[in-house]
Amino acid sequence: MKTSQTLDVHKLRADFAVFDELVNGRPFAYLDSASSTQKPRQVLDAMREFYEHSYANVHRGVYTLAERATAGYESAREKVRAFVNAPSNREVIFTRSATEALNLVAYAWGLDNLGPGDVVVVTELEHHANFVPWQFIAKRTGAEFAHIPIDDLGELQLDTLDELGSRGNVKVVANNLVSNTLGTINPVEKLADWAHAQGAIMVVDAAQAAPHRPIDVQALGCDFLAVSSHKLCGPSGVGALWGRRELLEEMQPFNLGGEMIRSVALDKTSWNELPYKFEAGTPAIAEAYGFGVAIDYVSAVGLEAIEQHEHELLVQAMELLAEIPGVHVFGPPADRRTGIVSFELDGVHPHDVAQILDWEGVAVRAGHHCTQPLMTRLGVAATSRASFYLYTLPDDVDRLAAGLLKVKGTFGV
Amino acid sequence: MSEFDQLYREVILDHYKNPRGHGVIEGADAHAEGENPLCGDEVTISVRFAEDGETIDEIGFEGRGCAISQAATSMLTEMVKGRKASEVAELPKEELLDEIGIPLTPIRLKCAILGLGVLKVALHRAKGTPLPEEWRGLSEGLEFD
Repeated sequence: MKTSQTLDVHKLRADFAVFDELVNGRPFAYLDSASSTQKPRQVLDAMREFYEHSYANVHRGVYTLAERATAGYESAREKVRAFVNAPSNREVIFTRSATEALNLVAYAWGLDNLGPGDVVVVTELEHHANFVPWQFIAKRTGAEFAHIPIDDLGELQLDTLDELGSRGNVKVVANNLVSNTLGTINPVEKLADWAHAQGAIMVVDAAQAAPHRPIDVQALGCDFLAVSSHKLCGPSGVGALWGRRELLEEMQPFNLGGEMIRSVALDKTSWNELPYKFEAGTPAIAEAYGFGVAIDYVSAVGLEAIEQHEHELLVQAMELLAEIPGVHVFGPPADRRTGIVSFELDGVHPHDVAQILDWEGVAVRAGHHCTQPLMTRLGVAATSRASFYLYTLPDDVDRLAAGLLKVKGTFGV
Repeated sequence: MSEFDQLYREVILDHYKNPRGHGVIEGADAHAEGENPLCGDEVTISVRFAEDGETIDEIGFEGRGCAISQAATSMLTEMVKGRKASEVAELPKEELLDEIGIPLTPIRLKCAILGLGVLKVALHRAKGTPLPEEWRGLSEGLEFD
């Protein structure tokens, strides 16, 4: 059995009870981490312990357990801050997800700052979370909704920027640092420079990037960045938005209610300071705590090591798939993408590919991956997608290739 | 038979590779198209009635998509030939699923009933046969023209 050069994957897998599961009598090769990730014991135990010893509502109580809960919640916020190298805790807002984080910016910044004559620029690669909110808010405000197209390798055509800039006042540039469908790594620093030169804000969807490579909002030069807990071994139901303080201070709140106010009266209500202005209601306390523990876990493994490990798997996968007649891989070459491989198999629908792979104990995703505009551009309705993470074995990739040969045999293609 | 063998058992693969009733009926009395935009399964069905204007005499389908969607539609065309429109409009999905013969997860269920939905829409349009309530919920997410 091959071993990874970079990570002791077997040791890491021992942290994940789910890999003891047999699927249809076979060991579980989970190749859908781009969709969501498995959780290590460390995260689950920490959340359980939190509930058993430290749980109370946050920011309110005077009693001991309330202090402990608040400390746990706020320590998670600090972990997120450090994880993305944000300048201040006040700029880190816990949300329900990366999707909610992007909606927050679209509504709370977009509604007050966009109007006719303005242009919102997304890309053809965007996940619906960083496409649909902008499309909706642009329509609501009368701004134009435009996109940067990709080339046949799935990379952004930056030579279209001049034309896009000529359409009006570009106010928003929204982009995913890593494409969840093609794995393309986008030149966010260049886009941010261009955005600022136009007088626009740069909004980055880092849901797919943050778990797989080091992130530094200051180096990226963006104005907003969304991250997701469940994509980096943390619990679902929590994510975070980082935003520049000056922008957040100017913005109206997004969700309103308790916690985000200073004082409430019949005639007038005032908002709480950052970050609480954007955290209405009782938050997902234990989940945020778990998010922090997940950040500790992946940081201890090392983001550079994870990146390198996935790259090895990616090279292996692309070599194996290139040898199978009828398999076509979409997207850039291995040196310009992360560990995500979308492909099609001639003559077999992605659903059928995924079904047969499941019976071999290999989990891949079949569908549009919440990127329908990209599917349209690729000329397909759906692709099959395999994606890797810190717990993926070279053997899992071998089984993907073997599984595809089985699919071909079954369909006689 | 292992479940794998069942799902893609020869009958289904046979229907997928050699679909029955494949093609368009010229001068059809009833016609409809449908798709599942989430995965790209597409089915188009055309029907000609016998002289009584009620009995399905000829039925043709075209489409592309996963093996389940295409095979199920192929099986459907064999099942409904010679039956009356009013009866087919009421055809319960269970009858089709029994024909397919294996348990399906909710996602693949949508694949299997796409053709049935398209046929019911075609009949509804041509003959005013009812679209049952139960059908409306089932077909959520699918698009018909």
